[in-house]
Amino acid sequence: MMRFLLLFSRQGKLRLQKWFTPMTEREKKKIIRDMTSMVLSRQPRSCNFLHWKDLKIIYKRYASLYFCLAIENQENELLALEVIHRYVELLDKYFGNVCELDIIFNFEKAYFILDEFLMGGEIQETSKQMINRSIEASDMLQEDDSSEWYEVELFG
Amino acid sequence: MSDVVEKTLTALPSLLSLDSQPGAAKLSSTSKLGNLIRGITELTSKHEEEKLIQRELTSIKEQVSSPNTSMRQMKELMVRATYCEMLGYEASFSYIHAIKLAQQGTALEKRVGYLAVSLFLNEDHELLLLLVNTVLKDLQSTNLIEVCMALTVVSQMFPKDMIPAILPLVEEKLNHPKEIIRRKAVLALYKFYQIAPNQVQHIHNKFRKALCDKDPGVMTASLHIYLQMIKENPEGYKDLTASVVTILKQVVGGKLPMDFNYHSVPAPWLQIQLLRILSLLGKNDHSTSEIMYEVLDESLRRAEMNHNITYAILYECVKCIYTIHPKSELLEKAAKCIGNFVLSQKINLKYLGLKALTYVVQQDPRLALQHQMTIIECLDHPDLIIKRETLELLFRITNAQNVTVIVEKMLEFLRISKDDYTTTDLVGKVAELAEKYAPDNEWFIETMNTVFSVGGDVMQPDIPNSFLKLLSEGFDSVEEDRKLRQFAVDSYVSLLQGGPGKLPQRFLQVISWVLGEYSHLSEELDPATVLSLLSKLLDSKNTSSETKSWVLVAMTKLCEGRAGVSVAREVSETYSSSLDTALRQRAQELQHLSQDSELRARVLPRDASREPLEVDSSLSFLDGFVSEALAAGAAPYKPPHQRQEELAQEKALSLEPYGLSLPISMSSCSIGDRQSPTLLSVSSGLSGDSIELSHKGGSATLKLDGVKRVWGREGYLSKRESVEETAQVEVPSPLRSPSQQGEADKSHNQTPTPTPTPEPEQEKQQLASSLFVGLGSQSSVCLMGKSDLTNQRFRRKARCPGTSSGSSEITSNSIVSPPSMVDSLLYNNLLDSNITSELDLASPQSPPQLSQDLSTANGTCDVDLTDRDVTANNPSIIRDNGVVAAEDPDKPTDLCLSSHLPAELSGLSRSEITALCSHQSLHLSACHVQGDDSLALVVFILNSSDSDVQQMLLQLDSDQLEVSSVSESPVQEVRGDSVVVCQYSLTVKRPSVLVEVCGVMSFMCSVGTPQSVQFSYKLPLASFIRPLTVSTEEYGTMWLAFSHDTKQNLTLMREDRESLTATLNVLKNKLQLHVVEIIGMEGIVACRLLPDQPCLMHCRINAGTLAVWLRSPIPDLPDCLIYHCQRALQEH
Repeated sequence: MMRFLLLFSRQGKLRLQKWFTPMTEREKKKIIRDMTSMVLSRQPRSCNFLHWKDLKIIYKRYASLYFCLAIENQENELLALEVIHRYVELLDKYFGNVCELDIIFNFEKAYFILDEFLMGGEIQETSKQMINRSIEASDMLQEDDSSEWYEVELFG
Repeated sequence: MSDVVEKTLTALPSLLSLDSQPGAAKLSSTSKLGNLIRGITELTSKHEEEKLIQRELTSIKEQVSSPNTSMRQMKELMVRATYCEMLGYEASFSYIHAIKLAQQGTALEKRVGYLAVSLFLNEDHELLLLLVNTVLKDLQSTNLIEVCMALTVVSQMFPKDMIPAILPLVEEKLNHPKEIIRRKAVLALYKFYQIAPNQVQHIHNKFRKALCDKDPGVMTASLHIYLQMIKENPEGYKDLTASVVTILKQVVGGKLPMDFNYHSVPAPWLQIQLLRILSLLGKNDHSTSEIMYEVLDESLRRAEMNHNITYAILYECVKCIYTIHPKSELLEKAAKCIGNFVLSQKINLKYLGLKALTYVVQQDPRLALQHQMTIIECLDHPDLIIKRETLELLFRITNAQNVTVIVEKMLEFLRISKDDYTTTDLVGKVAELAEKYAPDNEWFIETMNTVFSVGGDVMQPDIPNSFLKLLSEGFDSVEEDRKLRQFAVDSYVSLLQGGPGKLPQRFLQVISWVLGEYSHLSEELDPATVLSLLSKLLDSKNTSSETKSWVLVAMTKLCEGRAGVSVAREVSETYSSSLDTALRQRAQELQHLSQDSELRARVLPRDASREPLEVDSSLSFLDGFVSEALAAGAAPYKPPHQRQEELAQEKALSLEPYGLSLPISMSSCSIGDRQSPTLLSVSSGLSGDSIELSHKGGSATLKLDGVKRVWGREGYLSKRESVEETAQVEVPSPLRSPSQQGEADKSHNQTPTPTPTPEPEQEKQQLASSLFVGLGSQSSVCLMGKSDLTNQRFRRKARCPGTSSGSSEITSNSIVSPPSMVDSLLYNNLLDSNITSELDLASPQSPPQLSQDLSTANGTCDVDLTDRDVTANNPSIIRDNGVVAAEDPDKPTDLCLSSHLPAELSGLSRSEITALCSHQSLHLSACHVQGDDSLALVVFILNSSDSDVQQMLLQLDSDQLEVSSVSESPVQEVRGDSVVVCQYSLTVKRPSVLVEVCGVMSFMCSVGTPQSVQFSYKLPLASFIRPLTVSTEEYGTMWLAFSHDTKQNLTLMREDRESLTATLNVLKNKLQLHVVEIIGMEGIVACRLLPDQPCLMHCRINAGTLAVWLRSPIPDLPDCLIYHCQRALQEH
């Protein structure tokens, strides 16, 4: 089972956080601090896995953004790496050539996509088409919404 | 694909600065969030950011509370508030508005509302209760998207207590026509299963339906639940094996829709899930494993493509093959596959290869031999993670010959590691290896010194405990014991003389105890020298007061002669005015005992170890005191929870601001209490009570209870934390062993580091040969082959007379007894609460008293251990026998054993006789018999050959049960063609749904080699339940006194007016409960857990279900009982 997923920038700025098990604010803050400092201090060409307490931390950098996923000890590290990759692919498909700014300015969309992909710390749906379809379906509801807030180009 | 993403992301930094860039068109230039984000990026200091955000939050706060804000604006405000929270600023004022948005908004606004709620709130946040109605409404909505949102939020966070309210609606969704809804419902139920397994027990059948769903996505989702359930009870799901194999075959064969492919690999997540389930099902089960060999072979073959995801599948496949019953052909393929991982240039794959190796070397150490050069390379890898994983692997292949090199490598890593968690873990492993395989005294003490100084304050407390226990109990030879102790003393003296800087407190405690106890062994050592070293410790600022009391106790043991007395006087004067009561007491003891050497010799005798110590756990010696106090008008003692209840009653409102405060006893143990560290846990809890007791005596007039609550748990905790933190800041100084210091009498060079050679290659070769010694093909038959008896230094003395007779050879080499969970937890707590006086080491240690220790000491509890020792005589036979004994437990015994049942047990209700295990012609079976006030376990030992079996020793042990033998003299032999019956009486120590008794039988066949077999016997807790006859009034008072409870709804047996009576009758008959009274729609029931632990049950009919509330003074008992009630009603 996955425990949490964090996205942060090279400067250690948090971009997205998803906690799959209940945690107090203090624990969350500590984890975020630990993760950014651990992951950002890794040398290039090290492996993508880390130990943190009894958890495994799987991280991967995509351009300026770090994706950091914590899994339980008996889980499969390579598979977790592919979870991250599939999420990036999903973001890319939705935003079209996704970049960090897309995620900053539309972070709630990134959460919605994540909620369709993972649920309760487990994989819910792996098909890009299926996830896209359900996100589209929810987005359709906003067509009559004329607020400029959503003027973002939806499907790249 | 990833390359494309990475390229586009690289273009990013330039975008941040200017809006005119093409990419910026996407960004909403006028949105308020956009403005905020841009505003933040332009700032230069943290302080400015803070100001900006505070301004932003104030403006958001104003707007959300304005009545004119529309839901659409609210949605935008919530997004901004969540953004501020993500940056680390609190926006708690918006929580309630997020809930409102989820409640009242249109679908789109709702989505943001739900998102904000799930980001803002925690599972136990009180505001979440307000969300329950919204979720209920949305679950019933006709809009699919709203249903999806509700299911998503439910699986993200939902108050545990409210699950019953929405459960029926979620369950209903399992039949929804849309697969996406079914899938989400299954996952939501999975989440419920995790946080409250009891709640979803009744829908197991529906899970099966989900498993057979026509949509593969729903089926995949249901596997999460199955994996969990199979993990808990593999026996219950063996029938699924064939279906799982079929599914895997179809997946591997590419029969699923293309949608499920990931980079043209068919449904990898599903494959891995299935492989995990298979390995759980096939573990230790030959026939089930048989079914899956073919599909595993196919999976290995198909996963050829060179992509991360196929490696992930391969890894899982290999693990599965090594978990299930072995098949040589598959093992060979899997081993080759591991080779691909280990030899890969990709570092991630190498890591996984090491992990896989670590997993498999336990079964086949030769595999490590094949990859030794790679392992050596990984050991020097610049990436610490790889290094750490390699050490894990080495730990698994350690034997008596390579232990020094491997431990050296581990210590090397420990010195550079900064992570507390890793240190704790590794230090424990080093200590384990050192105790198990130490080649000589010097090496052992030096290694433990490093363990203590590096591990210091983060190591598990059982490490110093078992070290001291090992020193004090000694081994087979008195001379060896003396040498070991003397070396320890010498090593510590020279360490202290060297002015070691800061040493961790635990190490100082060990040092002071050893010096106090054994420094007389070193003849040239003057007690005055030791005393002055110890008093230097006392003066040091870095010594905690807990350690100081250890030092004082050590001084008490040493203060002989004129010099000793004067030092003692000086020290005791300093500390008898200390603020710390424990220290003050120790100082008093020191003062008195130093003046009265006769008394001291009686209280602290030298070398008086090994007499078992009787601990009066009932504290009967206080009876006189108590009765006096009672006669003087003191209120009788009530347990804390009862007091709590009464207090709550008196005040009508349940006010529990601080909870129960823990009694802190500082000085309840006198110096006369001679206890070993491990035993302290027992006494401290009790002495805590006794302090409580004396407080209570005064509380009749003073109301001390109330006073205590003001300083409740919270205040105490925070204080303690700060103490711990400061303790951890101390950096252990690098420790020089006495030999390196050159001050010890002999210079030792026990760590055979490879001699430096100019060529690094050669160095590696050398390292390899020292690391992998003992793993070669000839010695792999017996890992311990060359480690003959002299090599095993720390051989614990056989304590049980039974084993010493003919099979003393079987005596265990293993010193490490598995730490009992409860015990170590208990001890942990005690350490934390600074109960210094409990750590009284004033005297030589007592032998282990725990039954578990006994069984370990006998060394017969493990087939492996037995094997290892006897292989010298006849390796092949023993090995084969061992395997047969372990794997073929179900050999049918056709004889009618029931006629051998003891006469006093006939006529009582009993379980079926089940076969436990067999070994050649020896068959063990057992059954349990339920008496009115007892539960007997009867073990039948049938010898079907004509030769006798001798020197038989049957030992039973259990975590949850107290096992005591009924027959006076243990059976020692079984004649040919006869049956011997052993009878045991069982009582429950710790309730659990299923309790298990594990046993080992060691014996000697006519052939002459000692053998042993293991078995286990499970029985339901319900067998220990008996009716408890009480009146309604008694029930009432008991109900209030019990603190552990659980509530649950059960299904009723019938729908008519008599349903309550009918249901209770079923329970009464099946579980032997006593129905106290039935009044209208309510009924009260009582039962006891043998021998006399009550459990009360209150039932009420509520909306077609039976609402049951159970209470008991025993934790876990209500939960276990409700499970059995549920089962009883289901089976009916």
